[in-house]
Amino acid sequence: MKKVFINGCGVISAQKTFDNKEFLKEVITYNDRVMPVVNPVYKDFISGGAARRMALGVKMGVVASNLAMKDAQLESVDAIITGTGMGCLIDSEKFLSKLIDNNEEFLTPTSFIQSTHNTVGGQIALGIQCKGYNFTYVHSGVSFESALLDAQLQLSSGEEENILVGGVDENAPHTLEIHKLIKFIKEENTDTSSLLQSNTSGAIFGEGAGFFTLSTKEQESSYAEVVAVETLNTLSKENLEKKATSFLEENGSSIMDVDVIVLGNNGDVDFDGYYNVLSESIFADTQQVYYKHLSGEYNTASSFGFWLGAKILKTESIPEVVKLNQKQTSTLKTILLYNQYRGENHSFTLLKQC
Amino acid sequence: MSKGVAITGMGIISAIGNNVEENYNSLISGNKGISRISKIDTVHENAIMVGEIAFTNQELEEQAGIPPDNNYSRTALLGLVAAKEAIKDANILDMAAYKTGLISATSVGGMDMTEKYYYDYLESDAHRKYIEGHHAGDSTQKIAEELGIEESLVTTISTACSSAANAIMYGARLIKSGKLDRVVVGGADCLSKFTINGFKTLMILSDTYNTPFDDNRKGLNLGEAAAFLVLESDALVAKENKKVLAYVKGYGNANDAYHQTASSENGDGATLAMEKALKVANLNPENIDYINAHGTATGNNDLSEGRAIIRVFKDAVPDFSSTKPYTGHTLAAAGGIEAVFSILALQNNVIFPNLNFTTPMKEFAIRPQVKLKEKKLNTVLSNSLGFGGNCSTVIFSK
Repeated sequence: MKKVFINGCGVISAQKTFDNKEFLKEVITYNDRVMPVVNPVYKDFISGGAARRMALGVKMGVVASNLAMKDAQLESVDAIITGTGMGCLIDSEKFLSKLIDNNEEFLTPTSFIQSTHNTVGGQIALGIQCKGYNFTYVHSGVSFESALLDAQLQLSSGEEENILVGGVDENAPHTLEIHKLIKFIKEENTDTSSLLQSNTSGAIFGEGAGFFTLSTKEQESSYAEVVAVETLNTLSKENLEKKATSFLEENGSSIMDVDVIVLGNNGDVDFDGYYNVLSESIFADTQQVYYKHLSGEYNTASSFGFWLGAKILKTESIPEVVKLNQKQTSTLKTILLYNQYRGENHSFTLLKQC
Repeated sequence: MSKGVAITGMGIISAIGNNVEENYNSLISGNKGISRISKIDTVHENAIMVGEIAFTNQELEEQAGIPPDNNYSRTALLGLVAAKEAIKDANILDMAAYKTGLISATSVGGMDMTEKYYYDYLESDAHRKYIEGHHAGDSTQKIAEELGIEESLVTTISTACSSAANAIMYGARLIKSGKLDRVVVGGADCLSKFTINGFKTLMILSDTYNTPFDDNRKGLNLGEAAAFLVLESDALVAKENKKVLAYVKGYGNANDAYHQTASSENGDGATLAMEKALKVANLNPENIDYINAHGTATGNNDLSEGRAIIRVFKDAVPDFSSTKPYTGHTLAAAGGIEAVFSILALQNNVIFPNLNFTTPMKEFAIRPQVKLKEKKLNTVLSNSLGFGGNCSTVIFSK
């Protein structure tokens, strides 16, 4: 079994994360129910005409993948694997509202074509002329981890050498509106700097793209080793501790080895209890880190957490803004990530310093 | 040489039947499932033909055994019916006994309900329960729950029309790598106004029966369907003394990297997918006995796929046919239902006819098999090609 390394990152989020030289130097706080992304200058990467035709998700995906490849000094990859929970919402809504408003008349194909879930993966392939394996996973909160697991399987078995893996989700007006109505989005504007103290239901929604080049070859730019990833469709709070422990053990680690745990808390009083199970028990003495006050919640927000873990290992530093507690960490070698969305689709990811 | 990954169960619901047996009977009798649309109120009703499943949602609920107060999309209902048949066929009684996963595929997801209640959601809370059912992973999550798959690997693939083929491929890899002992793989898609109008704007919907590989082909008929296979590890098959229907012998996915919707003129992606699948299967082109083609009957697909087949098989193209004239193009489910058809072909040593074919294409000399043909079959190759240049091939063997 070959080792799998993260050799390049490209992250577009509600923070200025697209510059790989920086690591959360300036942090933006929001007081809202939804957070937008800090956009790079897209036309530095994509021609003006093409950029105008692309919805935000496609643009973010194309540019984030471009950044990840540059970061790893790669011109091409063997495969592209994308995760997106909600897919291309902007074009889906555009096509559907026109369809309904005009009673199925006067429609043009552009937004239909671009509404397909694998548009981002297809556009990246088109841009870099990658004829290799191209998959898109669309399973809510484990969309990114599904892509990651697929890539890890192909790399560790030696089938491929370099794979581009990413998660991307975009917001669109109708979807936001109806998610406010069913209270998946918080009812009140909430200050992101005290997100976990909000004591209210729902999350602050966000959007973004996080792409990574994974490789079997360690190099100067390598961030960390991806040791393992596991996804679970269901998991009860009662079984959570046991599952976290067995995941570590199956992958040659233990609770004691974990220097940092990256948790997906989003300030939803109804579901953050899952994270508390771990933070108040087996990882009570471990340095805990969270990030959804920076990224917002979206189905592939855990790609931000993955980036955070990789960056902590590479820089051997933890920005104050992500710390959930204050523990002395003599070493930063092993990081466990745990995420779930509304009590379903749980994932564990284990990263190690390389 | 490895036999491949064992298939121990299958289930299907399509316009030509509500289970495997009904589908087989329609295939050998040449019964098409293509008709005018009856369950969706669309202005295009007289301009298109579809492969619609006869059951109403309520009848599907009863068939699947779920209470009326649910938030299932039609995609989820179809998926559940087919997945339950596959589990029963594989004689799985205790789901928790082995590490069992589910990989499903869909492109429409819960769009049927979203398009029905799009503005209604804003006005009243009567149908808001369907909002959570929109995303593509929802039907998979529901099927897993109903099958009793818990704390396991459950995910969804959406790569347009190659989705279910990719689900089979990924499932086979998960078994081979030892990540799972057992996995349910396939896909589901229902008809929706969204896809009808989308394909309509692309001007690739035929106003009559679809005619794959015919020079006068006018486009595709959309269909709805779901199909699932159960894959099991060799160790489990041996231990439980399982009957094996067939094997997933090879698979390959490649990207055309040519255009967001159209296939390249020379079928680069499809050629690569078939070549990869043959390599994984450790087979030569001459070992393939029958090709179940993607053959959607659009001008672009059949030309591109036909050229790719010629590139791979040269002057010895095996018997091939498209079964889309029976079922319509069932989008993300197509690779799943055609996997079931490929297995039925292997089990019964029969090649299903490419219905509606009359005029050979000008661009090449190959002709689809147009009559039911009995022939000893050892390997069947199935193609699924989709938007985003996504091309997939799965090879099944006895």
